[in-house]
Amino acid sequence: MKRIITLLVNNRAGVLNRITGLLTKRHYNIESITVGHSETEGLSRMTFVIHLDEETVVEQITKQLNKQIDVIKVVDITNQAIVARELALIKVASSPSNRNEIYSLIDPFRASIIDVSKESLVIQVTGESEKVEALINLLKPYGIKEVARTGTTAFTRGNQKTASNPKNISIV
Amino acid sequence: MGVNAKVEEKTKASTKMNGSQMLIEALKRENVEVIFGYPGGAVLNIYDSLYDSGIFHVLTRHEQGGIHAAEGYARISGKPGVVIATSGPGATNIVTGLADAMIDSIPLVVFTGQVASSVIGSDAFQEADVLGITMPITKHSYQVREVKDLPKIIKEAFYIATSGRPGPVLIDIPKDMTANEAVFDYDQEIQLPGYQPTIHPNHLQIRKLVEAVSQAKKPVILAGAGVIHAKAANELREYVEQQNIPLAHTLLGLGGFPADHPLYLGMAGMHGTYSANMALHECDLLISIGARFDDRVTGNLEHFAPNAIVAHIDIDPAEIGKNVPTKIPVVGDAKEVLKALVHQDGKPGDSREWREKLAGWKEEYPLVYKPSEDELKPQKLIELIYKYTDGEAIVTTDVGQHQMWAAQYYQFTKPNRWVTSGGLGTMGFGLPSSIGAQLAERSSTVVAILGDGGFQMTSQELSVIHELNLPIKIIILNNKALGMVRQWQQLFYKERYSHSLIPNQPDFMKLADAYGIKGLRATNEQEAEQVLKEAIEYAGPVLMDFNVTPFENVYPMVATGKGHHEMVGVKL
Repeated sequence: MKRIITLLVNNRAGVLNRITGLLTKRHYNIESITVGHSETEGLSRMTFVIHLDEETVVEQITKQLNKQIDVIKVVDITNQAIVARELALIKVASSPSNRNEIYSLIDPFRASIIDVSKESLVIQVTGESEKVEALINLLKPYGIKEVARTGTTAFTRGNQKTASNPKNISIV
Repeated sequence: MGVNAKVEEKTKASTKMNGSQMLIEALKRENVEVIFGYPGGAVLNIYDSLYDSGIFHVLTRHEQGGIHAAEGYARISGKPGVVIATSGPGATNIVTGLADAMIDSIPLVVFTGQVASSVIGSDAFQEADVLGITMPITKHSYQVREVKDLPKIIKEAFYIATSGRPGPVLIDIPKDMTANEAVFDYDQEIQLPGYQPTIHPNHLQIRKLVEAVSQAKKPVILAGAGVIHAKAANELREYVEQQNIPLAHTLLGLGGFPADHPLYLGMAGMHGTYSANMALHECDLLISIGARFDDRVTGNLEHFAPNAIVAHIDIDPAEIGKNVPTKIPVVGDAKEVLKALVHQDGKPGDSREWREKLAGWKEEYPLVYKPSEDELKPQKLIELIYKYTDGEAIVTTDVGQHQMWAAQYYQFTKPNRWVTSGGLGTMGFGLPSSIGAQLAERSSTVVAILGDGGFQMTSQELSVIHELNLPIKIIILNNKALGMVRQWQQLFYKERYSHSLIPNQPDFMKLADAYGIKGLRATNEQEAEQVLKEAIEYAGPVLMDFNVTPFENVYPMVATGKGHHEMVGVKL
């Protein structure tokens, strides 16, 4: 089961180390982490995607994270209405002959070409992990040279009431 | 220059200090009466400021001894223990003590030196990434980046170490930070938005618990060290007597409730009493207070308290539901929770039959051992220690068989008399922690009950005991073996005693003599009585070597992976 946990933490040296260390110590597998400044000066926002076998473990993780003095707030937002995005850069082998084909392939994903060379293209795509995954799979036959993914960053939507179906994946 | 201007200038100058002076000044503000430490290159400035500071410093002979002494001090005094170690090896030597204090929730403020900021990360002489090494075994930690932050950091450290669930806090100080100057301001308010311990319990949960007690036919309380940390022994007794609920202790909880009380069942867990363990197994309501359901207490979780509604009172919400599914979670300080429960004055359910059953078990299955005419039984020895100290001594221990026998046979009736390494199980803990305990209570009798194995891990601290003339009664239960390891090898490894027998122990009498400490030895019960009598009457420290039955085992026992109902060695 995939869980998305967001944290608001003090922007201090060693905080990331503290949190990843805590997760490692308790044998939780981190799928991705994103960290960056938040809207408040001195505070950073982290988004963790963690794979868990049991639901009960989530409570334990959030409690342990909450115990950290540099952690201001922990929320497991998995079951809430959220916006979750990931950015990926994909370098695909391509020759002038199939360039147009790739262009049309990535178009529905609203991905863009940000670099072109004689033998390759660099495609930038933004969206939920599943969408990124889908595009990578579509591009595989052309020969993927490199992939760099940021991991998911997320927070809750402004309006939670419309969250009857939290899993309404949009392609954009 | 006018007079006023002069005065003003003087005040301004006097509030500016270097980092070392700040540290000493902050310790004075925190009313620190003793520091345990060991100097070295990175802390030379600090030691220079300490020199004429008037603060009492104990030079232990190894940093590990220092931090265990600080733990012993904290346990007995209820105040945080303060430790100073230098960078690199000094700091790595305290790692065991930090882990020990972390898992047993002992408040410590630990200062480690660090190489100068300019060379951090260059693998400088005596550099180690102490912050990185100690992160998982401290409640919180700091590295000082700017000297002006030092007062705030120290103030926060003392607050964090002693509030909520106590624990060790480490402050790593690069050498230049001990020399740089800044204004010393210790009156800033502590602001920690990420740290707000819950002290007062939720009223709804209290009501639920009161209701559960009124329904329960077979209630039992499991009380741990949280009761002692919260100084809640009186409230616990009041609640137990008001509600008439039988009580068992965890290892670390001993003394929280008087052992001679009719509702007391004894210690629960791997080497707990039959009545305590069976009460946990058969109860319909289990109220855990300040205990964390350690595996040594619960045995196999699948068989733990199978019919019970579990109520868990703890100041640390992360402990609730961690190991045992909990129906009634109560987050709060044990003292406040117990006060609230007593105040509710609920009507307990009818548990008379249950209490009679438990009293019957207590009588039918007491702790037993086979007496001997010519050998000194370790259990007998603990009973004798109890007798000759009138049950009033502060007892510190190492880890292993002697620790379990001490826990079983020394009947603690008061809190803060028992200092042992529970969660981490640190051999070598007993002797140095006795130093801290004795310094916390100069006039109390302190008995360090040690194994011959653990004693040799930190025996260099005899030097401190001699130097300070601390009248500690050091008792070695000498079975020429690492007894608990040997016991497990006997029971579970077909008597293949792999590296657990030590037939050639040093002459502990000569060792005592070398340190200038009185040494006494006994090999049978009669001699043991004489030795103990003489030692207790003697004003200074005494090292006693008791040759006890070598192949004695600790019983009863719940083997690993078994449930409480599967305990063995209940009867002779």
